[in-house]
Amino acid sequence: MPAIQSPATEEVHPDVALVARAKEGDTAAFEQLVRQYERQIFRVAQHITQNREDAEDITQDAFLKAYEKLDQFQGNSKFSTWLVRIAVNESLMRLRKRKTSKTVSMDEDVQTDEGSIPRDFAEWRPNPEQQYNQAELADILRKTIQGLPPGFRTVFTLRDVENLSTEETAEALGLSVPAVKSRLLRARLQLRERLSRYFRQKQEGQPA
Amino acid sequence: MNCTDLLSHLSDYFDDQLTTELREEISEHTAGCQHCRVVLNTTHQTIEVYKGNELYEVSPGLRERLHSAIMAKCLAKK
Ligand SMILES: [Zn+2]
Repeated sequence: MPAIQSPATEEVHPDVALVARAKEGDTAAFEQLVRQYERQIFRVAQHITQNREDAEDITQDAFLKAYEKLDQFQGNSKFSTWLVRIAVNESLMRLRKRKTSKTVSMDEDVQTDEGSIPRDFAEWRPNPEQQYNQAELADILRKTIQGLPPGFRTVFTLRDVENLSTEETAEALGLSVPAVKSRLLRARLQLRERLSRYFRQKQEGQPA
Repeated sequence: MNCTDLLSHLSDYFDDQLTTELREEISEHTAGCQHCRVVLNTTHQTIEVYKGNELYEVSPGLRERLHSAIMAKCLAKK
């Protein structure tokens, strides 16, 4: 095994050992993986479905699926990316079930450029944090992201809220890297436009 | 570089994926174009405000409940 002797050029992710132990039937190792990612998976599910009860169910189902399919995990991607992918699929399925007449997929609603062309050119002054208290701010941010089509919301959530890389986001969503980039740009611009309503600098003489 | 070009590079700009030349072209353009300067600033603020605020906090109680439910389901499958 010459690989062990060679200088470590690439750090091995600590999950690799945990996953290997979990595959051997070590439930404590699996439980540690659950602890590491249960909050992230819950947040992702809640962002996509916008529903707390659904997010709880999805989190449980996603880990159960991961547990059952652990043997199929090849280690080509990070364990966390694989897990997020399962959770995203469960979440989209849940959305589809809720709106029985309408299909929901990563491709829906993303053909249009509506809202991605900047129209509001006011600076945000003072900063959003200075204009609103934390609870108000969180409320505005939640309402605004809820208005995005699922295909944009999901990309923005993984990339900018959960800090996955562009490549990881592509993998988790089954999209190409260019598709992720194009959606991310439009999601960011749409959010900017919508947030400008709240955060734009108030004009002289106008009550704040 | 015109306004449309700038817009198409915006995401790569924030993700630090641009060449030095392109970054400089963007700086040059925004120095003379107020609209693009605002779009650049406020898009940056958009990303930052979402990064900086946890929207769906998982309380310790919820986490415990979730965790127990997950482990119960998985162990039942053993
Ligand atoms: Zn411009």
